[in-house]
Amino acid sequence: MSIDLSQFVQAFLDESFEGLDLMESELLDDEILDTSRNGERINTIFRAAHSIKGSAGTFGFGFVSEFTHGVETLLDQVRGGRRELTEDARALLLEAVDRIREMLIAARDGSPLDRDAVEQTRHAIDALLATKSGAAAAAAGDGSAKQSAASGAARWRIRFSPHRSLLATGNDPLRIFGYLRDLGTLELRCDDSALPRFGELEPESCYLSWTLELTGPAREAQVREAFEWVEDQCDLEIGRIDAPAAASSGAAATDVSSADDEPAATEPALAAGTRPDRRRTPDRRSDSGSIRVAVEKIDHLVNLVGELVISQAMLETIARADVDEFDVVHLERLRQGLAQLERNTRELQEAVLGVRMIPISFVFSRLPRVVRDLAARLGKEVDLVLEGEETELDKGVIEKLVDPLTHMVRNAIDHGIEKPDARERAGKPRAGTLKLRAAHQGGNIVIEISDDGAGLNRERILAKAAERGLPVPENPSDRDVWQLICKPGFSTAEQITDVSGRGVGMDVVRQNIESLNGRLEIDSTQGQGTRMTIRLPLTLAILDGMSVRVGDEIFIVPLTAILESLQPRPEQLYTISGRGRVLNLRGDYVPLVSLSDVFHLPSSGKQVEDGIVVVVESADDRAALCVDELIAQHQVVIKSLETNYRRVPGISGATILGDGRVALILDVDMLTQMH
Amino acid sequence: MNAAQQREDARGAETRRELLLFRLGQEEYGIDILRVQEIRRYEAVTRLVKTPEHIKGVINMRGTIVPIVDLRIKFNLPVVTYDEFTVVVILNVAKRVIGIVVDAVSDVVTITEEDLKPAPEFGAQVDDDYLDGLATVDDRMIIVLDIESLITTPELGLIDEASAQ
Repeated sequence: MSIDLSQFVQAFLDESFEGLDLMESELLDDEILDTSRNGERINTIFRAAHSIKGSAGTFGFGFVSEFTHGVETLLDQVRGGRRELTEDARALLLEAVDRIREMLIAARDGSPLDRDAVEQTRHAIDALLATKSGAAAAAAGDGSAKQSAASGAARWRIRFSPHRSLLATGNDPLRIFGYLRDLGTLELRCDDSALPRFGELEPESCYLSWTLELTGPAREAQVREAFEWVEDQCDLEIGRIDAPAAASSGAAATDVSSADDEPAATEPALAAGTRPDRRRTPDRRSDSGSIRVAVEKIDHLVNLVGELVISQAMLETIARADVDEFDVVHLERLRQGLAQLERNTRELQEAVLGVRMIPISFVFSRLPRVVRDLAARLGKEVDLVLEGEETELDKGVIEKLVDPLTHMVRNAIDHGIEKPDARERAGKPRAGTLKLRAAHQGGNIVIEISDDGAGLNRERILAKAAERGLPVPENPSDRDVWQLICKPGFSTAEQITDVSGRGVGMDVVRQNIESLNGRLEIDSTQGQGTRMTIRLPLTLAILDGMSVRVGDEIFIVPLTAILESLQPRPEQLYTISGRGRVLNLRGDYVPLVSLSDVFHLPSSGKQVEDGIVVVVESADDRAALCVDELIAQHQVVIKSLETNYRRVPGISGATILGDGRVALILDVDMLTQMH
Repeated sequence: MNAAQQREDARGAETRRELLLFRLGQEEYGIDILRVQEIRRYEAVTRLVKTPEHIKGVINMRGTIVPIVDLRIKFNLPVVTYDEFTVVVILNVAKRVIGIVVDAVSDVVTITEEDLKPAPEFGAQVDDDYLDGLATVDDRMIIVLDIESLITTPELGLIDEASAQ
């Protein structure tokens, strides 16, 4: 009889969040305001709202479904052509989407919910619903409640004392209260004096009774209707009180508290009751624990495994041949089989990694909303251009990109793009253009965020850096200056607006990107705009590396960090007393880092100029690593050292070479700071 | 099987322990065999950086990176050689896979709790904390190690202080 709904709650939440995303993206399209063309979009939004409302009720998120009901009514009117979707209504619907999302998140995590905001939005929706002519509102189902708004609000006092058996008949007082709440402002007091001691409590009996005060345009019949199903299972008194609000609510309070031992505990009864904490899913926060994969990708995997099995069978047949039969023909077939196996393995590897890949539109699709809200708040006009949304990227990487990208977009609008007037004076179109572009480039993915705003101000950045006491190189190049904004401590209180100063500065953005083995590049031309480029490896599990030999050991240098490799001439090398040696690289002095010293390897006795230096760059610094030999460039699978051991300074991980040996992957950031 | 016999068996299983015996220098040590994943020949390791001397480095064991500890160095044995008898015992301890280098693996024996005698205060190389006690098997003295606390001790430097908690 009882079905455990909790196992479906996660699915409901996933689906609802998807529905909300859909509503949001449809609402953000300007076509939605065009009555002649918005039909399909409105339908889509309506369906999403409708299914959220329906399933929220089923899963006990009554407050979500009540709230969504108003949204649905509004949408239904628009859909039926009885109401025009104005810019204001759209803003309100977007707000409502936010509220629903907040309610669902609060329900999922058990986190606190800003009930005032929910109430505010609900009232705004009710107010909007009440604005239309009687005919329109009445046609919209329960809108008739609002019809009598003009006739003035009435106050109703309802005493509702259900019989013990109420719950057993499948009726739930909460639903009734929820319905009443739609009719106006509901004040509610719960009388729990009939509650027995816990040991004697029968969980299926209803011991509570309520005194409700409803202020709103409701007629008595409507109020009675709420109790229609429970009439014969309760003692019900409904009376109209026309006394001034303050006096009557005071009277109600005394009434109730006389019969009440603990008045303080009863007040939030409705709120506590509707909060679905009890029904929270056991696997909360599992949003990053599961992944949606296109069926075709899985079919592809199944095919590849099938091929693998065929190759295996083929090899087995060859292996079964007798030793004296084993001739050149067999050998040739064996080789063919192995070649096929190798191809299968590679394809399978690619396909399996592909399962983790999701399109970057996952992040991009959130940005139009950010841009719209922010631009409106700051009084700026911004055209957002998204390119390459279908570019696929590892799920883990994408999730860690959301915050940095959002921050950079906020930055671009807040600090980059000028106000329309200023833009006009500068001879630019009033609306600024913010362009996000994602593309594959070799084994990397490149994400560009460019704006045509004012660009970075070299002098101001330098002044601020000096003020903050940040180290600035002499005669800094533009690149050096732009990197300053990524230094911790650059983002300052003065700069913090409520827009871009929300806890993350560019230094955090840079750290996030670097933790993904990526790099952040900044280009800017004053008056013409700024371009920030993020370069990321396709997946966290595979790294493009250069294997180098130092003595007998082999290390992997991440390819993204390598600027160049060269064989130094003796005249390029200088010793700075006490500070080690430097390499003169076309006028720049780059510190030499001897890997055999850093890693305490036995000295090969070789001079630096007999070996090769690999010039590497981290965000802060450069260094020239001395190695004996460059071996090869290849993709390596990253293995964690921490699983069975611990972090090792200077090493970011390990990998397994073709011959089965373990090679360590260098942590270039650490090495450049070590000298 | 009658009930009395079952009880007898249950009690036997409770008190009986199977130990893997190995030699470190002149001494014979025993560890709980349930902790042992496999035994391998010693092979070249990839050295790590700035590690204590007894941590030899890491090896690749079918795709898993496994750190290798030489207990002979840890216990200050005078002679540490790597020859064809030198073996690595791969342990599964504290949810980690870790290899220890020993001179030779000698035997698997079953002892009961009664065979296990508390170790005297001997200022030996092995801290008393890592000892379960001493046992005598065929007139040989076996030092029974509490391998879990030995591996997880911060002193061994195998586990980050932070992640050890």
